[in-house]
Amino acid sequence: MPRTILEPRIKIEHLSILDADGNLDVALEPTLTPEELRQLYRAMVLGRRLDERMVRLQRQGRIGTFAPIKGQEAAQMGSAFTLRPTDWMVPSFRETAAMIWRGWSIEKMLLFFSGHLEGGQPGPEQHDLPVCIPVGTQMPHAVGLAYAVQYRGDDSVVMAYCGDGATSEGDFHEALNFAGVWHVPVVFVVQNNQWAISVPLKKQTNSATIAQKALAYGVPGIQVDGNDVLAVYAASHEAVDRARAGDGPTLIEAVTYRLGVHTTADDPTKYRSDEEVKAWERKDPLTRFKAYLEKRNLAVAGVEADVDAEIAAAVARFEAVGAPDPLGMFAHPYAAPPAALEAQRDEVAERLRGQAPPRSGGEGEAPVPMRGQRITRR
Amino acid sequence: MAAGMTKLNMVKALNLALQQEMERDPDVLVLGEDVGVDGGVFRVTDDLQRQFGSRRVIDSPLAEAAIVGTAVGMSLYGLKPVCEIQFSGFAFQCFHQIENHAARYRQRSQGRFNCQMVVRMPYGGGVRALEHHSESEEQFYAHIPGLKMVIPSGPRAARALLAAAIRDPDPVIFFEAKALYHAAKEEVPDAPELMPLGQARIDREGRDLTIVAYGAMLRVAREAAETLAAEDGVETEIMDLLTIAPIDRTALAASVAKTGRALVVHEAPRSFGPGAEIAASIMEGAFLSLEAPVHRVTAYDVPFPGFAREKANVPDAARVIAAARETLAY
Repeated sequence: MPRTILEPRIKIEHLSILDADGNLDVALEPTLTPEELRQLYRAMVLGRRLDERMVRLQRQGRIGTFAPIKGQEAAQMGSAFTLRPTDWMVPSFRETAAMIWRGWSIEKMLLFFSGHLEGGQPGPEQHDLPVCIPVGTQMPHAVGLAYAVQYRGDDSVVMAYCGDGATSEGDFHEALNFAGVWHVPVVFVVQNNQWAISVPLKKQTNSATIAQKALAYGVPGIQVDGNDVLAVYAASHEAVDRARAGDGPTLIEAVTYRLGVHTTADDPTKYRSDEEVKAWERKDPLTRFKAYLEKRNLAVAGVEADVDAEIAAAVARFEAVGAPDPLGMFAHPYAAPPAALEAQRDEVAERLRGQAPPRSGGEGEAPVPMRGQRITRR
Repeated sequence: MAAGMTKLNMVKALNLALQQEMERDPDVLVLGEDVGVDGGVFRVTDDLQRQFGSRRVIDSPLAEAAIVGTAVGMSLYGLKPVCEIQFSGFAFQCFHQIENHAARYRQRSQGRFNCQMVVRMPYGGGVRALEHHSESEEQFYAHIPGLKMVIPSGPRAARALLAAAIRDPDPVIFFEAKALYHAAKEEVPDAPELMPLGQARIDREGRDLTIVAYGAMLRVAREAAETLAAEDGVETEIMDLLTIAPIDRTALAASVAKTGRALVVHEAPRSFGPGAEIAASIMEGAFLSLEAPVHRVTAYDVPFPGFAREKANVPDAARVIAAARETLAY
């Protein structure tokens, strides 16, 4: 018997609409209103400026370790922008710009990265999961949420984020497989920023693309220029529409680059060259989008000053928050605390009685490294 | 037989709990490997897919992490999934989803989300099964803040505790002793019955010695107590823990305050096992009543030695009796 080709139709597309030199493929240009374009740009600038501010806050010891997003504003905003408030967003830990767009307040994000549990609480109306730190483990949660959406007959869509490193984790593959079998309304967005801390993509996978991994699970996969917000938006819009129409999941690989450190405890000069970083700086998603907006005569002047004022006000509110009540750690492990846990709470309360009230702020405390990081001082 | 009662083995009793809870609440669903058409490898979910459909009784792909991980997502949306892990020996492949997420979502989201879900799994030896099919791993789950851990000792308790676990707003790990699945039948009420989690039960009253046991070890404790009564005239009190976490410290202290002597029996290896926590709890709650050190009769600190050597490893009545006599003579 001869060998026969079973799957001759497999194809992987790469989508690019607005390139680094400002060339626009007019035929593919998405229909976004001037107001939407301005909102999108503002959210990206807010992400960038907040990121820069957070790095300074961390260096000053005013917040703890966090994972900067610089360079990935288009990848996360182009995708999150396609969601309705009633849709669900399942983040990893490098989606600050998208999380703020979704309704997380800046001070809550700052609290989260300062070790306050309060920073992980979504607002009562928010359909958003909190930051998930163990790599890739959030992906099955998104599939379960999407199953529940379908089970209840709701018309929401779930969008889940992870990075290129997460695509090596079992949970990523199990989630794609379950999503394919269950045909649920979920969109997986992989922000392929080329580096999982110090390990480059070529050491992470022997696949030519991450998008093609979807095909093994019977799920459509597409690669987009992740620094082209129009392309990310177009691909995400198509995937979200497909999910909402009941036509199942999609995997989007947004090819982007982490311009900054993995986390504030990382020193990337150890593993990658300045030339590489400079080459990607020329593909900056913000520069490109700004030029596009200016060409369309959409005023973007004053956006930086505007977001800076918003950030400054939020930082001031964050810094006014005192040290948390230690007893707060006993509030939420269970719906009703077991007797032994109540006794432990009383023990702490007793110990705190008579002690001076805790001073406000967490200044001067050394940042604590996250998974796989060394503390470096640069 | 009493009116409104039916004699059931533990498999049928668990099935009854699932069936009634699914009938009561459309948000309760079941997922796992072979739970649908096949009714589960031990038949605990028998006929449920026919009654409730394949969207509520889901034959999932073979992947423990995603079974629990998707159940976490379902519970965040407000559904109440009951996962079946085919054998507790395979649950290390979903342990991270249990520890990192199911147990923590309430805390991480400061009460905005919770995981009302149950993870059922058969555990324990005595069924002549291979490695990974005979172990007892309750200590891992009992140690995790945010989880509850339940091990019933017979059909009636199994049914009432599973129903309570499904209704509990926090995640519950529910261990079912394989050795008990088809063992003794008990009268189980036809109408729904609940037992509160976190409460131990005095299975036999006595004043000379407390034997603390749970799951399949309850039978061993009963057998030992019979012999001790007949041959030694010793009145043994047997405490059936039922919930491993949160453990019923009040009941432990009260029983030992009366008897002054305690013996713990479990199938899990000894070091850092539940017996250590039980002994510490007795010491904290009834130290001045203790006439002897708390004795532990457990499996040894070896990986599962294969079923040909299982009898030497898993506690039996002879070992419990010997330990009881030692404790009584101290």
